[in-house]
Amino acid sequence: MSSEKIKILVVIAVLLALAYIIPHSTSFVVLLATRALVFAILAMSVDILLGFTGLASLGQAAYFGIGAYLAAIMTTRYHFGLNWDFWLLIFLGMLAGAALAAFFGLFAIRASNVYFLMITLALGQCVWGLAYRWSSLTGGDNGINVPVRPSFGLDLTNERTFFFLVYGFFIVSLLLLYILVRSPFGHSLAGIRERELRMRILGYNTWLHKYIAFVIAGAFGGLAGVLWAFTNGIVSPETVVLTTSVDALLMVVLGGAGTLVGGVVGAAIVFGVREYLSTLVPWWQYVLGGIYVLTILYLPSGLMGIPAHIRQWWIQKSKDKNPKKLASVTS
Amino acid sequence: MSTGADSNGRTPVLELRTLCKSFGGLQATRGVTLRVMPGDRKAIIGPNGAGKTTLFNLITGIYPVTSGQVMLFGRDVTSWRSDQRTRLGMARTFQVTSLFPKLTVLDNVLLAIQGLRQTKFVMWRFMSSYKEAYEKAYYLLEQAGFFDRKDVEVRNLSHGEQRQLEIVLGLASDPKILLLDEPAAGLSSGESTEMARFLMKLDPKLAILLIEHDMDVVFDVCAEISVLHFGELLETGTPEQIKKSQRVQEIYLGIG
Repeated sequence: MSSEKIKILVVIAVLLALAYIIPHSTSFVVLLATRALVFAILAMSVDILLGFTGLASLGQAAYFGIGAYLAAIMTTRYHFGLNWDFWLLIFLGMLAGAALAAFFGLFAIRASNVYFLMITLALGQCVWGLAYRWSSLTGGDNGINVPVRPSFGLDLTNERTFFFLVYGFFIVSLLLLYILVRSPFGHSLAGIRERELRMRILGYNTWLHKYIAFVIAGAFGGLAGVLWAFTNGIVSPETVVLTTSVDALLMVVLGGAGTLVGGVVGAAIVFGVREYLSTLVPWWQYVLGGIYVLTILYLPSGLMGIPAHIRQWWIQKSKDKNPKKLASVTS
Repeated sequence: MSTGADSNGRTPVLELRTLCKSFGGLQATRGVTLRVMPGDRKAIIGPNGAGKTTLFNLITGIYPVTSGQVMLFGRDVTSWRSDQRTRLGMARTFQVTSLFPKLTVLDNVLLAIQGLRQTKFVMWRFMSSYKEAYEKAYYLLEQAGFFDRKDVEVRNLSHGEQRQLEIVLGLASDPKILLLDEPAAGLSSGESTEMARFLMKLDPKLAILLIEHDMDVVFDVCAEISVLHFGELLETGTPEQIKKSQRVQEIYLGIG
């Protein structure tokens, strides 16, 4: 129990430090951090499925995309969401993500393992196809420019203020999802991840639990999408392309599945390497690839698993040093 | 009435009516008819491949039946899902240990307790705030002698401990009938004696249907034994009758 509290305190300390350090950095770093935080929300929605329910989804870009396109279309066509109704737009974005997930879930949740992965991939590609082909609505390949940001008392054109808005959304999402995974429902998801058949015999309608988790993940994907439209300033098929889904999944694996905050670490590394290292060297993709391979080979529990590894190693070392003393403790 | 009540007017907790199951050309279960009354302790024995586990999978709704009926507490549940059957008051354990290996012993039991409660859908409150569920879990763990190991991850328990925890999980939903699929599988003789003692201590009102290879456990725990052979129930009788039966010895022990 106490180790859990230490973890929470560390996370809070790091998040507070970020809130202090980043606004005092260059505007490039602020922009980078904002983008990473939006993707961190998307990565957490993937983690609900991958880390807590055991479902590897390769279609999370679909919900991200519907949120982003909704924001883009609403603001540019109807000038909706640029005022206090921004909060309504956030709600609608989550609703759209949830609704799309509720529809797709009917097909996807029937399958498991690699078949689930394939179906979510295929459904995600359907959304990409729509975004690409339905030019009258989505602007086709060119996408939609989102030139203005909402203003409601706050000056969101200021990158630092906008960072704090995204930061706030990230904190609230983290908190809500943390409560979710600690709730009885979250426990049931862990049970499904570990052994679904047993859960059915214990009286759980496992299909329904997975479906609800899928819809919730869709809602948070939609939220990240709305924020992305205003962060990026342009929404195009690039936003909903398969790479976005893969990125989100890899961020989770990199940071550590089943940790929630692992997604932030993953997002920070991916964006750091992609946006920062790419300005320095042309072979930055090899660095990212290398990090992925090494993590999966040597840290299957992700970067968040490093402290546990160190502790294990330390215990092992002290055990080797004085085996007698420890034996008497354990017995 | 079709509820199949006995002469005392009691409804059987479980009744199978000419239950059949085919996998392609293979008839795994052939016309099994069986009745378990409240508090009954029955065993099904039979050589490997006789279809014992298949029968359990039909009763619990993991496989759809080919023909025949499964009645639980007088209700036809033949087309029900597993979780719906469990909600009526049925529980089972598995031949191959089916626990949640990366969760702690306590979390395993809590999952089993939550299974039949509507609070399992609550996502805005911490699990740890459900004191009553925790108290029940502590009680169950104390009964089974697991209390000191409640924070151990299940994968770190010994095989014998995992077999016992299987049964604790089955009991957590307060079932009226418990289906035990080889509870003593892979246990040493000392451990299986302990298992038999553990089973005999259970609430006498609880009906138990047991599949077992370990004859000592069967003879200790059960008053009635049925013999399954190639998916068919051949004989039913007391342990004494089964021990003496020529036919059972022929098929089960393989001596002419």
